[in-house]
Amino acid sequence: MRGRNEILADIRRNKPAFAAAAPTVPAYDEAYPSDTNGLIARFVEVLEKMGGTWAEPKADETLAATMRRVLAERLPDNAIIASTVPEIAGNRRVRRDDDPHTLHDVDAAVLRARFGIAETGSVCFTERELIVNAIGYLAQHLVVLLDPGQIITNMHRAYARDDYKNAAYTVFHTGPSATADIEGVLVRGAQGARSLTVIPAVFPRAR
Amino acid sequence: MSTPDPVKSQNTPKAAKEAAPRPEKAGPGERQNHRKAAKQFLDSPEHAASHDTRVWAMRQRRDATMETIEEWEELRDLASQIKTHALTHLDEYLEQFADNAAANGVHVHWAGDAADHNRIVHEIFKDHGVKKVIKSKSMLMEECGFRHYMEGVGINIVETDLGERIQQLDAEDPSHVVVPSVHKMRSDVAKVFSETIGSDPDNDDAYYLTEQQRQHTRPLILDADAGMTGANFAVAETGGFVVCTNEGNADLSANVPNLHVASIGIEKIVPKLSDMGVFIRLLSRSALGSPITQYTSHFRAPKEGGEMHIVLVDNGRSKRLGEDKFWSSLKCIRCGACMNTCPVFRRSGGLSYGATYTGPLGLILDPSIDAYRYSNLPFASTLNGSCTNVCPVKINIHEQIFEWRRVLAEDDQIPWTKRKSLAAAGEVLANPKAYRTAVKSAHSALKYLPDWTIYNKLNAWGQVRDFPDVPAEGTFHDWYRKHRLNNSDTAGEA
Repeated sequence: MRGRNEILADIRRNKPAFAAAAPTVPAYDEAYPSDTNGLIARFVEVLEKMGGTWAEPKADETLAATMRRVLAERLPDNAIIASTVPEIAGNRRVRRDDDPHTLHDVDAAVLRARFGIAETGSVCFTERELIVNAIGYLAQHLVVLLDPGQIITNMHRAYARDDYKNAAYTVFHTGPSATADIEGVLVRGAQGARSLTVIPAVFPRAR
Repeated sequence: MSTPDPVKSQNTPKAAKEAAPRPEKAGPGERQNHRKAAKQFLDSPEHAASHDTRVWAMRQRRDATMETIEEWEELRDLASQIKTHALTHLDEYLEQFADNAAANGVHVHWAGDAADHNRIVHEIFKDHGVKKVIKSKSMLMEECGFRHYMEGVGINIVETDLGERIQQLDAEDPSHVVVPSVHKMRSDVAKVFSETIGSDPDNDDAYYLTEQQRQHTRPLILDADAGMTGANFAVAETGGFVVCTNEGNADLSANVPNLHVASIGIEKIVPKLSDMGVFIRLLSRSALGSPITQYTSHFRAPKEGGEMHIVLVDNGRSKRLGEDKFWSSLKCIRCGACMNTCPVFRRSGGLSYGATYTGPLGLILDPSIDAYRYSNLPFASTLNGSCTNVCPVKINIHEQIFEWRRVLAEDDQIPWTKRKSLAAAGEVLANPKAYRTAVKSAHSALKYLPDWTIYNKLNAWGQVRDFPDVPAEGTFHDWYRKHRLNNSDTAGEA
């Protein structure tokens, strides 16, 4: 059995005789809008293409009311809602030391996105936002609060950030779970969330 | 990674009645007969046509999205350069990755080959009393024969990717790296599910069948003792790895059970997190034409109270790194673009290759795993170069296919029929006079020449191809003489 030392020795012996330098990667985002509204428009367009929903709160509507309006089409009034955000109260608490299995019956989870990516319509979470990672996949539906000021241009900018570099788990969600493994027919809700709705909401501390 | 695909058209009821083709796979120690297996696939014309349409649709969507990105070609160059840099420094980056992962609290194991991999994972499972495992799709684990091994030691493995699960329940190999059951029609899936998970045999609606799998799999996910994933990329700088799926099944596999084991090929290393921007922008666009997979997941350390293991697998990769003509195949990011564009793959279906890796990437990866078994595969190509043109990391796939033919010929690994016909074609093609005589006497270059060279009867995938009509002006040579040539200086003509 070859272990670490043998494998590394084989690589050293066999690797190509030249050493190529690493290229410099540009950000490629000069053509993106520089204002928040422009980035929102770009973000929403791609989010919807990827099967997600953008739900703008109506005038004088609370975030909780917007969430209820969004979920009313999909869930009964007595649905189990697990919220990890201070702005919206759910009816199921999520604690860091919860066994993930206890979240199996959650109908909808409410999460705060760390940031959004206009290029792909993605929202970013780490274990800090998810509290228990599995909530993002066991919940039947996801409602996501995203600060419009936290929408960045593209993937290069997303990977240049260092605010999540030390997170144990970081995930970009782009719309809901999907598959087209049966005859190419696109079905939303394969194994993870059946729907993903993004509600624009500035970070509480930024208000 | 399985696929969102905007094609919503369903097939006709007539199509749905055709039996699923079962191309033959070589037994142990045998040579895969691609020609025969391709013929068996083509004997189910509705399936063959559906496969061709769906695979080509992925290629077309890839083209459409590519055209919206001005820097696409620069991204391909960058991806290729980053991979070249990483592979020419692989020892350093692999050590950095392993050390960082260990510092993050991850258990790191090294597997020299497939048997080591399977044994190491088995040991981990034994230590934790694991009997039931959920896993996401991993070509590396397919390469290692992992599921088969685990069945032998009494550990139950459940695939969570829909396409891979269909293939598992049907006891058939995946046929495509991205869409494992792309060769199946919905009626085939209805049959498999009705016999295995108890769905209605008369309901072949894709929404119904997908929901059946979700309902059937969720309790198995909650009941599993461990979860397994592969990795699309391993980042040396962070010691973390990246998994791309559309279903969210890798995230369920990794985040619900306490124990997460990830199998990672040593060539998956990229130096920095910032490199990921290039690869994520290329991967799903090249695969399916979508800007990104629904889930792009970065695992760096175990979850609260959980345990994470990484198994770094060589299995021939360090050896291939030393092969002057073939080392760059280690750049492959398994997007499947080369398969979707390949006329042979589209016509013959993935199962005809009888191998873990199918299509053009299979032609250059499989013979390095077993030269005799896969010695037919490098001939399952027209060498049209389309695979090379779509490859997001710019592997010279068609040149490597050609090179494999040479290597296999030198090693005397080419079957007799192939040697004979190629020798005959070679003689004629090398002699301009004989060539022109042959073309003229046959009255039709297009009917005659392919018979000797590419679309001969030994290549089943060529038999059902429609050739264009011969131009009214005759052969190219006739045309050239008439329009472009001012003298009669024509080599080989008496």
